[in-house]
Amino acid sequence: MKKLIGMVALALAMTFAAGTASAADKLKVGFIYIGPIGDHGWTYAHDQGRLMIEEALGDQVETVYVENVPEGPDAERAIERLARDGAGLIFTTSFGYMDPTIKVAKRFPDVKFEHATGYKQSENVASYNARFHEGRYVIGQIAAQMSESGIAGYIASFPIPEVVMGINAFILGAQTINPDFKLKVVWVNTWFDPGKEADAAKVLIGQGADIITQHTDSTAPLQIAEEEGVLGFGQASDMIHFAPKAQLTAIIDEWGPYYVERAQAILDGTWETANSWTGMSAGTVVMAPYTNMPDDVAAMAADTAAKIASGELNPFAGPVYKQDGTLAVPEGEVMDDGTLAGINWYVQGVDDTLPE
Amino acid sequence: MILRLERRSQRSTLMAFLSPLLAIGLTLALGAIMFVALGFDPGKALYIYFIEPLTSAWSIEEVVVKAAPLILIGVGLAVCYTANVWNIGAEGQLTMGALVGASIPIYFPDWQSPLVLLLMLVLGIAGGALFAAIPAFLKNRFSANEILTSLMLVYVAQLLLDWLIRGAWRDPDGYNFPQSILFEGWQVIPPLGDGRVHIGAIFAVVAVIIVAFMMGRTLRGFEIRVIGTSPRAGSFAGFKGKRVVLFCFMLSGALAGLAGICEVAGPSGQLQPHVSPGYGFTAIIVAFLGRLNPIGVFFAGVLLAISYMGGEAVQVELGISDKTTQVFQGMLLFLILACDTLIRYRIRLVSPGR
Repeated sequence: MKKLIGMVALALAMTFAAGTASAADKLKVGFIYIGPIGDHGWTYAHDQGRLMIEEALGDQVETVYVENVPEGPDAERAIERLARDGAGLIFTTSFGYMDPTIKVAKRFPDVKFEHATGYKQSENVASYNARFHEGRYVIGQIAAQMSESGIAGYIASFPIPEVVMGINAFILGAQTINPDFKLKVVWVNTWFDPGKEADAAKVLIGQGADIITQHTDSTAPLQIAEEEGVLGFGQASDMIHFAPKAQLTAIIDEWGPYYVERAQAILDGTWETANSWTGMSAGTVVMAPYTNMPDDVAAMAADTAAKIASGELNPFAGPVYKQDGTLAVPEGEVMDDGTLAGINWYVQGVDDTLPE
Repeated sequence: MILRLERRSQRSTLMAFLSPLLAIGLTLALGAIMFVALGFDPGKALYIYFIEPLTSAWSIEEVVVKAAPLILIGVGLAVCYTANVWNIGAEGQLTMGALVGASIPIYFPDWQSPLVLLLMLVLGIAGGALFAAIPAFLKNRFSANEILTSLMLVYVAQLLLDWLIRGAWRDPDGYNFPQSILFEGWQVIPPLGDGRVHIGAIFAVVAVIIVAFMMGRTLRGFEIRVIGTSPRAGSFAGFKGKRVVLFCFMLSGALAGLAGICEVAGPSGQLQPHVSPGYGFTAIIVAFLGRLNPIGVFFAGVLLAISYMGGEAVQVELGISDKTTQVFQGMLLFLILACDTLIRYRIRLVSPGR
């Protein structure tokens, strides 16, 4: 028996030795996910990006991930584990990983880090984000066209600028069609909690909303919309299979091209810290096929998306009024990225007060 | 035919001691079957799960970081459960300790002195103890079931933290994200070495020693054990059941509160909406796995910490879902309780109709 155990241990040790030797030649790319890959939303979209790296760079890379990493003390350990495990490039894909990423990056100067949606950078920590609000402007227009009650419900996660600008872009889009369009917001204070998200959707529908949209990661709100016979939008990935009758379109996050580009930069030795914020023009934000709507609405939406992609249309072009009526962006100007990135106020027409 | 549990006339002391080991063995065996069913090499998976975390200095440190709060809370709960006092709300007491202790750096961000850290720790302990006194009072005064009250107070504590961290206590420069300012200087617990291990780990060891001494060598420990096994006998001996309830709750609350403030002032370095990844609940497993014995709790805490680390390692190295950690911990608790039950009772087949 003892002999057997010894042999097993030896065999294990050898597998490990072999494993590490071959890994040394490849670039290991690590991912930290906030939710499960099976959320079919935010994390799923990032994982699609991971798979694209594998597809594009083949034998030159290998990828690893840790899912369901809570934003808190455990995040730092999970990130450090990937760094110690030999990862040369690590993507940390939630806002709350920002400080842990910076801390670990200090200890591993040779490893490059990419943090999604944050605002702190360093020598070896780059930030990246996508202009999701461009897509939200488009779905706002669709919502105003398709809604009979003139009220949409918005399930929001945390009152950080990224979420607030999405709400603003949605209502600004809707107002171009119906200036009196109303938007009700429920803050669920989580990125991923199908139960809570579903409850919020029910509450909003009960309050008269016949369009449901969300800035959370699960398919639950859209599934409730399907059950209750109202309309909604997919979030982060195409969710048409979960709501074939309810999904109008979806804002798809295409992280793949950016991920491939950054991994390639490491291989080429040209990686530098950066703060990337791209949208429809770069193909980072893509609209899913327009379904469950008349052709003219679909044509309008496609036209708006094309104009945003070409730069002809900016969702935050003036005049933009704050909720209290003060003019934030005068006519003929557009909001600059610095203001937009730190936005913490609603535009006129949002039927909610921002949590303070 | 009916299955009936029947009390065994004699309890085997040897088996009572072996029961947790048996449960661990069964968990490993079932775990191996699970890995095979998932299509992984069970030997390799179990090695990465339970052995690899102990093969590098870094992961041993991280095991200590993880085990310290589990042990701190676990020893307190062990005392409670020995006295037949069912404190299920350690997670809430931990949260309250963290919250009360963290109020100092949040309200006095510029105050730097060794006193700050001392005050934070004392407030953390006091916050946890006083919060735990609520279910004790409700039980003593109104005979309210402490399992329910202590559990529900967890949500009260978490929602209070949530409310503060999204409002008054939010970092003004944090872009509205729900987290407090980063603590620094004397507002954080000094680390031991250059890793993440801090003096909270020493508190855990000290707590184990003190509680072991108290339970084994003092009248108070005897009182707790007597009240736990036979309240009536205890009252003949002049022991007051209500006092024991209050003592147990406040002791375990204090230790949970200390664990909470150590998390916030230690690895976190700031107050966030979730202080712990469920340490207060996992510590219940730790207390039982450790046979409600302080020394046993120590080893149980280390084992559970290893299972967390191992769960992460198999994710990274083999791509096994993080759900396996939860399945492992669930199996472990289930099998411990099953082994315990079967040592004290036997299953009898009884034919009906009589």
